[in-house]
Amino acid sequence: MAKNEIKYLTAIKQEKPKKKFCRFKKYGIKYVDYKDIEFLKKFVNEQGKLLPRRLSGNSLKYQRKVTEAVKKARQMSLMPYVTDLYK
Amino acid sequence: MNNYELMVIFTPVLSEEDFKASQKKYQDLIAELGGASVHSNPWGLKSLAYPIQKKTTGIYWVLEFTLPAEGIEKLKIQLLRDEQVMRHMVTRLDKYAVEYNYTKRNGGFAKQDKAEA
Repeated sequence: MAKNEIKYLTAIKQEKPKKKFCRFKKYGIKYVDYKDIEFLKKFVNEQGKLLPRRLSGNSLKYQRKVTEAVKKARQMSLMPYVTDLYK
Repeated sequence: MNNYELMVIFTPVLSEEDFKASQKKYQDLIAELGGASVHSNPWGLKSLAYPIQKKTTGIYWVLEFTLPAEGIEKLKIQLLRDEQVMRHMVTRLDKYAVEYNYTKRNGGFAKQDKAEA
């Protein structure tokens, strides 16, 4: 039993999470359109709430543009304020 | 002369020619206020994400236009007075937005450019 149980001196280095990048900088998207719902859905979780920057990986400048666009879409009822199983 | 984008939700009970008539009315109003409508894009009947005024569907209309800044107030008054309009939103377009709308209209966006990652 003890034989195959290998004790590690240092903790096993767990799988490094995928390096997050700001897709707006990478693909040079300059304007977030509030009418483009499919694209905005990537920044919203199942309940329709906005994802924080640490999850969406956006830089500050574009995260603000995304929040502004999502709020406009919600105002014009293109996107719900709160829902379940939205994706 | 600033670039604006107007999105209007009409009540779903609006008939087709009423819809066209009100589109024309607003475009004439913009022309009269010294602006020009660049591109009109009626989406037609669409279901709303949440009920507005007890209705679950609405007729959407998006209009991109240019107007001197002081004309917006008059346009807003007309929109608020019109009871066929359930909800409207005027957004100001910066140069990236105008360029985005232009490329989108002329099919500039390759599909994978938007849908990546």
